[in-house]
Amino acid sequence: MDPTTRRNFLALALGGTAAAASLAACGSSGPSKDDASGGGSGQATYWYLSVQPQEGIRKSSVDRFNQANPKTPIKGTAFQNDAYKTKIKTAIGAGQAPTIIWGWGGGGLKSYVEAGQVEDLTSWFDENSDVKNRLFPSSFGAATIDGKIYAMPAEVVQPIVVFYNKTAFEKVGAQPPTTWEDIKALVPKFNAAGIAPFSLGGQSRWTNMMWLEFMFDRMGGPEVFQAVFDGEKDAWSNPVAIKALTEVQNFVKAGGFVKGFSSITADSNADQALLYTGKAAMMLHGVWTYGSMKQDGGDFVKGDHLGYMTFPPVEGGTGDPANTVGNPGQYLSISSKATAAQKETAKQFFKTQVLSEEEQKAWVGAGQVPIVNGADKLFAGSEDAAFLDFVYGIASKAKVFAQSWDQAMSPEAAEVLLDNIAKLFQLQISPQQYADNMNAVIGQ
Amino acid sequence: MTVAPPPVRASPAGTASHAVRQGAIGWMALPALSMFVAFGVVPLVGVLALSFTRWDGIGDIQPDGLASWRSVLTDPGLPHSLWVTFEVMGLSWLFQTPISLLLGVFLAAHHRYRGVLAVLYFIPLLLSQAAIAITYKSLLDPNFGLGAGLHVDLLSQDWLGKPHLALATVVFVVSWQFIPFHTLLYQGGVRQIPGALYEAAQLDGAGRVRQFFSITLPQLKYTVITSSTLMVVGSLTFFDLIFVLTAGGPGDATRVLALDMYKRGFMGNQMGPASAIAVILVLLGLLLAWLLRRVGGGSSSDSQLEGL
Repeated sequence: MDPTTRRNFLALALGGTAAAASLAACGSSGPSKDDASGGGSGQATYWYLSVQPQEGIRKSSVDRFNQANPKTPIKGTAFQNDAYKTKIKTAIGAGQAPTIIWGWGGGGLKSYVEAGQVEDLTSWFDENSDVKNRLFPSSFGAATIDGKIYAMPAEVVQPIVVFYNKTAFEKVGAQPPTTWEDIKALVPKFNAAGIAPFSLGGQSRWTNMMWLEFMFDRMGGPEVFQAVFDGEKDAWSNPVAIKALTEVQNFVKAGGFVKGFSSITADSNADQALLYTGKAAMMLHGVWTYGSMKQDGGDFVKGDHLGYMTFPPVEGGTGDPANTVGNPGQYLSISSKATAAQKETAKQFFKTQVLSEEEQKAWVGAGQVPIVNGADKLFAGSEDAAFLDFVYGIASKAKVFAQSWDQAMSPEAAEVLLDNIAKLFQLQISPQQYADNMNAVIGQ
Repeated sequence: MTVAPPPVRASPAGTASHAVRQGAIGWMALPALSMFVAFGVVPLVGVLALSFTRWDGIGDIQPDGLASWRSVLTDPGLPHSLWVTFEVMGLSWLFQTPISLLLGVFLAAHHRYRGVLAVLYFIPLLLSQAAIAITYKSLLDPNFGLGAGLHVDLLSQDWLGKPHLALATVVFVVSWQFIPFHTLLYQGGVRQIPGALYEAAQLDGAGRVRQFFSITLPQLKYTVITSSTLMVVGSLTFFDLIFVLTAGGPGDATRVLALDMYKRGFMGNQMGPASAIAVILVLLGLLLAWLLRRVGGGSSSDSQLEGL
């Protein structure tokens, strides 16, 4: 899953074709030129995602570094989300990677590691234990492959939560749900009032996946998916998994999601618009949507019409409701193809500027929680303090903070997963067929 | 593609000068040929080679024999994508051909206002496919689109969320974009028909409908073949429009072959199977182009002015 926002139409347009993606790359200064100019001098390059306010925060950190180190500057280039995903893979494959590679950790990082394209940072973290110890320990999971650390966790923690529209609840005279059974009971109520119970950007597929992540976790605990991840044979046929899949399909059939959900994209933020315009009552989404709802939703966030809670427990389920799913952080790796001087520059950047005091303040100002122990001290006085506390609470209390499935798995398996999830939500395949299709790619 | 040179019917006396001209033409074809080889043939050979390997786009390329082909050919996704591709191809041909033909005939007549209309009709062709797709996606949004905005229930269908409706919508949007182009082809074709034919028909007492079926349509035979070839072969490569509009969804209802290839290659990191699909696409395109020439009958050097 993608962190931060997926709001821009352009992201989609640019991702539209491989050709367009490479055009986007041509538009920015070409990586080969940077490599040439930065060859032996320690000048490093850094690619990251565009879209404000995140892009501005990333750029400010680079600017601060360049001011402090005028001889070994970092040249930052921003890319649209969907275009970046293709671009970075192609660039790494072609040996044209930037010095600092922004990423999501997990399965994607693993594929770089297996190809020997990124630096092993384990010994560096041992030497610089202060850098390591100030970050959330849970953020290192997705950066660790076979016991070695290949990326510096950075930026913010992004659990997935249930957002709801308080006005919509008042309209039907209902209370926010505290269990999955409450949610199911709310469905006919909202539908009768002409309000969709849940908003969902189903065309993006990973949005549907978030539902399965929580249903699996609440019904059977993290072990159910862990078995899949560990490559156990027929792990998807676990009775709990089949039950969770069936439950989700029943929820689709009961009209739990907004009409036309399978053609709504999260990239256009249309799913968020459904919530803040009151056309939908609830939405399961990453906390990164808070900022864009605040920006685009008019009075919605500032007027206290937005409610939020963690995904409630399911009756008879064995999962701990304190557990959560999402992005435990974002990840910065160093290309193994960079020169020694460039690598040194990158490490210096990691040490001095990544999640510096200024950067943390900027993230908090954008309504996001930096992955730094004690970051909650910065929340006081913020107008988003309540939300920030809520997110910090989830992140610090979760016994298991699972990485999003599609990011944890290899890109090959993730594509099959998303494909089958879309078909499951479309009621095109049964839970059993889903399990069979997915069992076939276990361990890939 | 099978482009046969026109048969040479030169008199023996002209052979020498003819050979000289052929040589000159050969040289003139060189720039185009080198571009074609560099950007057409070389990547094609590369893709063919890749289809026998295992590559995730990042690491080393490993030879993998027929594994990619086996995985692609046994995947139930392939016949499905093929079927969807043919559906889009057939339906968009059925939809575009009559409309373009009639519009072309209409625009071929010389009237001032028709010139203005011709310019208006041409606009969709000037827009990028991604822009068209984003626009239609917004207009057809069941919650914020045209239907919801104007409170017209008929328009607020789940256009892109139901499998059959989504396919029909894709065909419509594709046709909306390409009808102007084919209209232009037909307009040009109609203007080539000698006026004498119509005058003769009028003297014989043929009405407009009769003239259309007995003169215009037969005379446009080669234009129809050209236009159909472009439609059919072109529809194999529909990608950006469908990718932005439906991303192949809902489920896999609009996943055409080109989209399947992209998803496997660039989203699933499986360049081997993606290359195998690319090869299938190329073969399919060649086969279709060849078939259409066959259907056209005779050789393209036959006179289009038979009977004159």
